[in-house]
Amino acid sequence: MPKKGENELTWRDLEIGGIVTEPGNASQYQTGDWRSQKPTYDFDRCIKCGLCQLFCPEGCVEPNSDGHFEADLYYCKGCGICARECWTKVITMVEEEG
Amino acid sequence: MMAKRVGMEVSVAIGEAAKMANVDVVAAYPITPQTHIVEHLAELVADGELDAEYIPVESEHSAMSACLGSSAAGARTFTATAGQGLELMHEVLYVASSMRLPIVMTVANRALSAPLSVWGDHSDAMAVRDTGWIQLFTENGQEVVDNVLCAFRIAEDQRVLLPVMVHLDGFHLSHMIEPILLPEVEAVKRFIPPLKYPFPLDPLKPVSMGDFGPPFIYSEAKWAQEVKLREAKDVVVECWQEFGKQFQRHYSPVEEYRSEGADVLLLTMGSYSETAAAAIDKVRAEGKNIGLVRLRLWRPFPFAELRQKVSQARVLIVLDRALSIGGPVGPVCSEIRSALYGQAKQPKVVSIVGGLGGRDISVAGFEAIISRGIKVAEKGSRNEFEIFGVRE
Repeated sequence: MPKKGENELTWRDLEIGGIVTEPGNASQYQTGDWRSQKPTYDFDRCIKCGLCQLFCPEGCVEPNSDGHFEADLYYCKGCGICARECWTKVITMVEEEG
Repeated sequence: MMAKRVGMEVSVAIGEAAKMANVDVVAAYPITPQTHIVEHLAELVADGELDAEYIPVESEHSAMSACLGSSAAGARTFTATAGQGLELMHEVLYVASSMRLPIVMTVANRALSAPLSVWGDHSDAMAVRDTGWIQLFTENGQEVVDNVLCAFRIAEDQRVLLPVMVHLDGFHLSHMIEPILLPEVEAVKRFIPPLKYPFPLDPLKPVSMGDFGPPFIYSEAKWAQEVKLREAKDVVVECWQEFGKQFQRHYSPVEEYRSEGADVLLLTMGSYSETAAAAIDKVRAEGKNIGLVRLRLWRPFPFAELRQKVSQARVLIVLDRALSIGGPVGPVCSEIRSALYGQAKQPKVVSIVGGLGGRDISVAGFEAIISRGIKVAEKGSRNEFEIFGVRE
């Protein structure tokens, strides 16, 4: 498939039956734009236990450069499970603007 | 070895045709009136006469699902079903065509329950008309065998890669013993080149099939399918022409019988066309200018060919063997009216439904249908369509 933005692809660009010949390209799929709330962090409270990473159904939480766990907003769907499960109440969900 | 003429049950002949096409996989579930087709194929595989995988699945939904898998692996795949079985396959039929898998299936057309009927009509075919399969209708055993062979060539053509359904009337064709010319195996081999599916499932070259199609791409995927199915018409016609050259039997999307210059035309699909032809001979002998048109290619719908063959007539009577309950007219007639709508010259189109659930229409029956159709065309009717032979 040619490299085009998802809204530029025409029907002629698709392989037969919409077959995807490039493995692993689901990682390009931006699920972050489904989000109505996003996680915000008070890292002073973070004990780096990684529970939020274990619970994240999207698998989009990774330690940042300081070792604090943080969601990748390109994929985070804003479900809020991390905020609910966090022992030390690092995470607060806030409404997305706009 | 020459082609040989044999007396054979049509269902058995279909099994022989699939064998001549050297299918790799048959995944099927028996259902009346299709059972003898897959029963014969099971025997051929068990006896070592056909080197294929025979998958005895637990339902028709599984049959078509297994066909998806085998076709996606690049195997030549065949199945058969009828009536309720086709209904149980329904959702998977869409997947087969959307994934562009060249599966070939014969459907021994059967009425749908309730009341329970194992007998023939076109209710099952009409319920799957929008599934994106190429669909051919046949009139006798020879036509079924020929079109099963053509179906493989059409389905697997690189310009097409779509599944093909070959419809034959349950019992009226499936259970008849007819004289059938079975072509020579070598000739069939030349006629159907080996299948080269462009993206077969292969662990060394992984692909994803039937993927998630979010709103940004679903319309494009469906339009691609629409374009390909429409374009397939040329390949179907080309295949029939090539078949005619090699085997001297000729097929076309809309076929005629004594219809040239006819004032009144009767249009039929499937095996009842042969009885209708006998009725045409009778009324012609009485000096009436009436002809027959038979629709062979049901999907993609042959708009241009149909318009060309019926537009000069004054009256066109369409016989449907299915109801569109609560809808406009019989389903075939509905499409024909739609195809003719807005044309500068068009006949008055009358819809008559008959032959439901295996009820025969005799030659006299067709004569009555013709006279009733002409009367409705001339005087009108209170009904959207007429139903033939129902006891009041």
